[in-house]
Formats: sequence, C-alpha cells, structure tokens
Amino acid sequence: MITVKKLVKRFGMKTVLRGVDFEVQPGEFVALLGPNGAGKTTFLRILASLSRPSLGQVNVAGYRLPDQAAAVRARLGVVSHLPLLYGDLTAEENLRFYGRMYGVSKIENRISEVLQMVGLENRRRDLVRTFSRGMQQRLAIGRAVLHDPDVMLFDEPYTGLDQDASSMLDDVLRSVAAQGRTVVMTSHDLARAEDLATRFDILSRGVIAASASRKELRKSNLLEFYKKALAN
Amino acid sequence: MDTEERSAGDRPLTIKTPAQISSAAPRPLSNFLKATLAVTWKDLAAEFRSRELFSAMLVFSLLVILIFNFALELDIKTRQSVTSGVLWVTFAFAGTLGLNRSMAVEKDRGCLDGLLLAPVDRAAIYFGKVISNLAFMLIVEAFVLPVYSFLYNVNLFKAGLLLVILLGSIGYTAVGTLLSSMAVQTRTRDVLLPILLFPVAVPVLIAAVKASGGFLTGDDFANILPWVNLLIVYDVIFIAIAFMVFDYVVEE
Repeated sequence: MITVKKLVKRFGMKTVLRGVDFEVQPGEFVALLGPNGAGKTTFLRILASLSRPSLGQVNVAGYRLPDQAAAVRARLGVVSHLPLLYGDLTAEENLRFYGRMYGVSKIENRISEVLQMVGLENRRRDLVRTFSRGMQQRLAIGRAVLHDPDVMLFDEPYTGLDQDASSMLDDVLRSVAAQGRTVVMTSHDLARAEDLATRFDILSRGVIAASASRKELRKSNLLEFYKKALAN
Repeated sequence: MDTEERSAGDRPLTIKTPAQISSAAPRPLSNFLKATLAVTWKDLAAEFRSRELFSAMLVFSLLVILIFNFALELDIKTRQSVTSGVLWVTFAFAGTLGLNRSMAVEKDRGCLDGLLLAPVDRAAIYFGKVISNLAFMLIVEAFVLPVYSFLYNVNLFKAGLLLVILLGSIGYTAVGTLLSSMAVQTRTRDVLLPILLFPVAVPVLIAAVKASGGFLTGDDFANILPWVNLLIVYDVIFIAIAFMVFDYVVEE
C-alpha cells in the first residue's frame, strides 16, 4: 500500500531524511516511533503530498508522489495534532465543507454515519470552537475518514489530550483500523502504540533504525526494542 | 487526476494503475467550480458567524476617512481632487488587513493543510479565497462610500467610479490573495504582506486613483480609458499568473 525507497528530504543545507526505506502492506497498522527531530512529521508530510521529496521514490495506494498527488490525496485521510477544522463552523458544516472538497456523494447520510462513529451526533449543530480538545480530535478523525480513504496517517494524534479523551481516541482509532484501512501513526506514547499497532518502525537520525512486527516483539517489550534501536 | 465522485462507505475501493491515471479524462470544470464555491461558502459562513474580519476592516476604514477628514480641511474643489487618493488609501489598507486575517485563519488551526489535502486543483482554492476576499472588500466599500460622500460632500455614486472600484478591488485581491498565501508561511506574516503587496500593487493603485479622479472631476472618457484598460490588463495578468503559480506557492 505504501512503498518508500531511499527517500531523502533536505531543507536548504539541513538533511532531515537520509535514505528512508519503508513498506506497509494493506491493512497494516504501523506505529512510527522516534525521538523529537527524528523526521517523523516530515516523513508523514511527504506521504501526505504536503511536501516534496528531495530524492527517492514514494508510492502510496498505487500512485507515485509527487506526480500523482491528487490521486493519492483522494485515497488518503490525515489527522495531525492540529484539528484542521474551522472553529466558526458547526461540526456538520465542517464535514459538509470537506465532503464537497472530496466530492463525497450522499453527503448528508455520510455526515450522520461519521458523527455517529466518533460519538458526536448530539453535537452536530454546535460550533467547533465550543468543543473540548478531545472532541475536536474525534471530529478531526471524522473529517479524515469522511471520504472513506484506504490509507490513514496520524501525526501525534494524542498531543494535548487528557486520559479520558485519549481512551476515547483509542476506541475511534481501533474502529478506523478495524474497517480494513492501512494506518501509519507517529507517536511518543509507546504504551498506546504497543496497544494499537501491528508493526513498529523506529525512525532515528533520518533513517529507519529498526522494524519489528507485534509477533516478533513477544520476546521483549516495545520499550526495550525502542531503546536498543536508538542505541544502535 | 481522479475523475469520479466516490461514494463513501463502498469499500473496498478499486485502485487505478498509473497507466489508467494518465489516460483518465481531465477533472470536469464543474468539480473545479464546486470546490471554488465550497471554499467561498466556507469563508462567508465563518465570517457571518464571527464578523472578526469584516468589523476590523470596517472600523479601520471609517477611522482612516475620519482622520483624513480632519487632516485635510480643504475647500470643496480641492476635496474633489484628493478624494480618489484618500479612497484608495483607505481601501488598500483595509484590504491588507482583511487579506492577512483571511489567510491567518487558515494557518492557525492547520486548516491550510486541510485544504491542500483535498484532491482538487489547488487553483480552485485560490479562486475560492479570491472571491470571498473580494466580497469582504466590496461590502466594506459599500459601507465606506456613503459615509465618505457625507463627510466630504462629494457624490461618489457614479457608474464609472463604481466600475473602477470593482476593477481595482479585483486586481488588489487577486494579487493580495496570492501574496498572503506566501506570507502566511512565514513567522513575520503580519509585517511581510504589506511589504510584498504594496510594490506589486502600485500599478493597480495608480490606475485606480487616476481613473477614479477622472470620473470624479468629470474628465473626458478618452483620458480615463487608458487607466481603465490598465486595470483590466492588470487583473487578467495577475489572475493568470496566480492560476499558474499558486500550487508552487503553497507547497512546502
């Protein structure tokens, strides 16, 4: 579903990604872990077609980036730590707007489905600026799945959420993954990543330093694996 | 570009091969227009609720013409000759305020990324923003003109002058929207937009001031026509340039 070969990203003289090789199979839930400044957000922005690679090949859902960016975007849902929602519009107005931008048919039915999925059906006519951070993040996931994408990218979705909101987000993420979508999530929260993901990749100093599936990790826990990958 | 509308919920989706993509028909114009109107509708609906942008532009405009009214205590004849300059200074400053705020709203909550992630021609996003920015500017102008007429005792409701105001506003918002989408990516966006915009907008401002002045003083239409033509050419050129480069301007 996602294939990345020898990806390099430079910002002026600074090289952030130094030849990343990365592959995700359909239906996999990959947690991309790593310290601050490892290049996780940059990597996700390239997959999301928001940033161009300096060198290397990137294929998402069968399309090449950046040449076929529009086709990739049609099959991609992105959730970041910012909600990407308009505070002065209601929840349903936000979803209707994004639905129009994605050319979603039967939009009103789909809005109801999505609001039900993220547990905000009873707040559909409330302005987003009146929502708590957790509710905004759930609506952000609703926005990202509105057009039924094959691939979901989550960039630090738990940032700024309290314990209750995080648990609720866990449930939403599980339901998103259970629908057969391919998911790539960056996070600093190893416990949550261990709970949700089927594979763990460690990005360090601009390269994938280690990769292991859930099965392979049975012998050791994720924290040990993470520390070992960074030490190497 | 992907052509068909996707019916959400109908999984699994068929993935086209790259060869199919390259042979696919171009996205219909109606999808471009739908995306443009969606962006405009979103801006107008959000502004209708908050009135942040409109009230700031209107209050600023009224303050500017009030200050000029006291600063230029002139006779009726001289007032007519400075009217076009004062009007366009007011419109330009208020317009810059609106352009800055309009793009800042997109950037602050990451909404610009949300727009850029949509599988639409990015020029549609540009045109949507231009139309909403133009609407805000024209609404403010509709409030400013009667107040200015009253304070300066000048009749501003002439068809020629209104046409010039429309053409000038189109040119100003066309180039302003493009430059504000560049400036918003920087940390000094509030300061940067006027510095970038005013030099580029000099031709449209000069032409608008000259043409407005001509209509107000009852000059021969033959003398005004070159300035009106300059406004039209400026509008066409900058809309065409923005259409071609907007995709590159907003990309990281």
